Amino acid sequence: MSEQLPPLSTGGWFRWIWRQFTSMRTALILLFLLAIASIPGSIFPQRGTNPLKAKEWITGSPTWGPILDRLGFFEVYSSPWFSAIYLLLFISLIGCVLPRAATHWRAMRTTPPAAPRNLSRMKSHAVLEGADSTAVDRAAEFLKAHRWHVLRGETDGATWVSAEKGYLRETGNLIFHLALILILVGVAIGGLFGWKGNVIVKTGDGFSDTLTQYDAWGGGRFADPAKLPPFSFTMTDFRVEFDRAVAQHGSPKLFQADVDVKANPDAALTSSTIEVNHPLEVDGAKVFLVGHGYAPHFVVRDSTGEIVYDDTVVTLPQDGNFTSTGVIKLPDSSPQLGFDVVFYPTLQPGSIVSGFPAPDFPATYLAAWTGDPGLDTGIPQSVYKLDKTNMTQIGRVPSLLPGQTWTLPNNAGSISLVGYERWASFQIAYDPGKEFALVAAVLALSGLMLSLFVRRRRVWVKMSEGPNGTTVVEIAGLNRAEGGDVSADIEIITEAITGKETS
Amino acid sequence: MTPAELAQASNSAIYASMLVLTLAMVFFAFSFAAGRRKPAVVAAAEIVESEGSTAVITRTEVIDPFVPGRRSANIAMSLTWLGTALLLLGVVLRGLWAGRVPWGNMYEFSITAALGILVVFLGFSIKRDVRWLGIFIVIPALLTLGLAVTVLYTEAAQLVPALKSYWLVIHVSAAIICSGAFTLSAAVSALALVQGHAERKAAGAPVTGLTARMPSQERLQVMANRIIAFTFPLWTFAVIAGAIWAENAWGRYWGWDPKETWAFITWVVFAAYLHARSTVGWRGNRASWIAIIGWSTFLANYFGVNLFINSLHSYSGV
Ligand code: HEM
Repeated sequence: MSEQLPPLSTGGWFRWIWRQFTSMRTALILLFLLAIASIPGSIFPQRGTNPLKAKEWITGSPTWGPILDRLGFFEVYSSPWFSAIYLLLFISLIGCVLPRAATHWRAMRTTPPAAPRNLSRMKSHAVLEGADSTAVDRAAEFLKAHRWHVLRGETDGATWVSAEKGYLRETGNLIFHLALILILVGVAIGGLFGWKGNVIVKTGDGFSDTLTQYDAWGGGRFADPAKLPPFSFTMTDFRVEFDRAVAQHGSPKLFQADVDVKANPDAALTSSTIEVNHPLEVDGAKVFLVGHGYAPHFVVRDSTGEIVYDDTVVTLPQDGNFTSTGVIKLPDSSPQLGFDVVFYPTLQPGSIVSGFPAPDFPATYLAAWTGDPGLDTGIPQSVYKLDKTNMTQIGRVPSLLPGQTWTLPNNAGSISLVGYERWASFQIAYDPGKEFALVAAVLALSGLMLSLFVRRRRVWVKMSEGPNGTTVVEIAGLNRAEGGDVSADIEIITEAITGKETS
Repeated sequence: MTPAELAQASNSAIYASMLVLTLAMVFFAFSFAAGRRKPAVVAAAEIVESEGSTAVITRTEVIDPFVPGRRSANIAMSLTWLGTALLLLGVVLRGLWAGRVPWGNMYEFSITAALGILVVFLGFSIKRDVRWLGIFIVIPALLTLGLAVTVLYTEAAQLVPALKSYWLVIHVSAAIICSGAFTLSAAVSALALVQGHAERKAAGAPVTGLTARMPSQERLQVMANRIIAFTFPLWTFAVIAGAIWAENAWGRYWGWDPKETWAFITWVVFAAYLHARSTVGWRGNRASWIAIIGWSTFLANYFGVNLFINSLHSYSGV
């Protein structure tokens, strides 16, 4: 126990703390802490992936929301405590692995220790009687040929050979732990230089890769939004199919977007299809199809009879059957108008939700508002929400079918549903660290397998004189990993010795 | 066969398998409880003869824990083979009916996971005598199947587009083997705890009672360690394959989605287990507990995240 007590000098203290910190026990505890610290992130909605839900949670629980928010429960994986745990773990790992690597390097270049006096105490042990006097020579030759590290010697009139094999076990362990650091480096490269953005594109419309075209864009500290790869594409067609069988009714069976792509403004146009699991790779970035929905087409006339709106409006799906909501804002018409739009791909009369995600019986619910939609206040507004503080509702219709027109009350004008189009949403991602991380992960896995499957073991062959002048050869082995069994090695060595004898 | 007949045949095979496995369970239980209390010790020495010299290789003491209950243990093992074959048939027919790999929803995952548990156990039983372990394997397999046919049952359907990928086959088959092996390691670890308790109570004397049929605590711990040493790299592989697939499907290889998070937690807990096995003061009972906790995190991922948490991976179909 005395060695556990810290010495009193400062340097001694430091060394003592460092030794504790880089011990297996610390690694074990930190691993546990890491596992526990990961749990809240799977229970509370996270800002990174689910900003709306996170906000709802915080506002919905006035006491706990802000407290948990301050503690980082809605951004667990970038919170100070989570980062602290894994950084400590990795510092401990480096402090643990580097000295081990040095020790291992030395061990690989030295010979195994001499054979112990009493081999019969080993769990795996064999005795050969009446072998001839070259048995040890042949055993040593055989072991060398099979890449054992070999030491020969003589004690008390007995000649012996001592051999060790399986150094790759420790090598694999070191590779594994160092590769874990490399994975972290790969993740960090992606985090610092990578970016991703989201954009909604309607059938027939195009997209070119500049910051202003994105609905949302986020990048790492060193990602330069002014230098995005200059590709562009047009979505020429979009196909969706939904399951109509009773089981999994309405679940998606297929969605595909056909696009015409230009890798840069001067490149030739190429056609391609983007599907789930089949992203488009262009100029180092990847374009993923992540969602889709409907964009009903309306024509609006104001009180003067003039057409003030003739366009499709993107509506966002709210449920599995694509009951979708959106808004139209017309601040320059007279009177100033605004509409809440709900699009039902399959209207069920009497219900306020869609009955099926495919457009079997499309219709819209509309609510019309007059007044100032507040677009000139300078405060940025969502294009999917109507700010109704200075507006009043003038009427609504539960279901407007394609081709129908609703004449607004108070002589405010009219609105007609012309039809609908589809839109698809794309995520465009650039992660320069992912290949690095993959290589590191494969390296880690290979090291792990070496470390767990290679057996580090020692064997000894010892020749001495038996009771009646015969030669006795003893063969014994020891597995250095627990529970291992070296009897197979002993069998092979025995055969190597006896096999040659008979031939 | 028509689709309706295939469906019928798949369900029948699975029910038949459950029946046979229940019988196996009864025979396992009987063999466990039957007969004398003291296990027989059979000394075995393998002798290799070659001209003029004799080599005695590895003297071992083999304990046959099932001398009295041997017949029922052997019947139970045969029934387990039969039940597993029937279950395999049921899973294959289900795949034929659906026209794809049978891993589209939780019902299908569950019947395949039960198959995984049994196959890993039977694979293990080829090399060593693990008849004493049978009952602790057949029970979880039956529970999984029972839950599948009662709560999770769904008609076969198309795969949602996100699952249409050969990564499904790679990632899910690795995970299913892991589910079997983790269950095995948890069962062996739990038995190691029980045996440790019995050994402490016996205070040096040979243990008596039911646990006398099981290997010593130390051997059980070594066995659990071996299983985990085999499973951990496979789980690592399953996680990496999942990450590659996620990169292909969603544009990021790691997003801390609840399913991913819990896969990570399981991974970290088993890494802790491997460390515990080389740490003084942790290699015994504590390591066994860690193995059981690791398996629980795997279950939490399967049932908790699939059914209760909103995740990108919610394909339960329930
Ligand atoms: C990110 C954190 C870590 C993870 C995920 C991890 C994982 C693992 C795994 C899976 C093993 C078993 C396979 C093998 O033998 O290679 C292992 C073994 C080992 N780890 Fe770690 N490790 C971590 C950190 C550390 C730290 C901080 C230390 C230093 C104390 C350490 C020291 C060791 C040692 C010495 C072994 C070999 C045990 C033996 O000889 O049986 N590890 N580690």
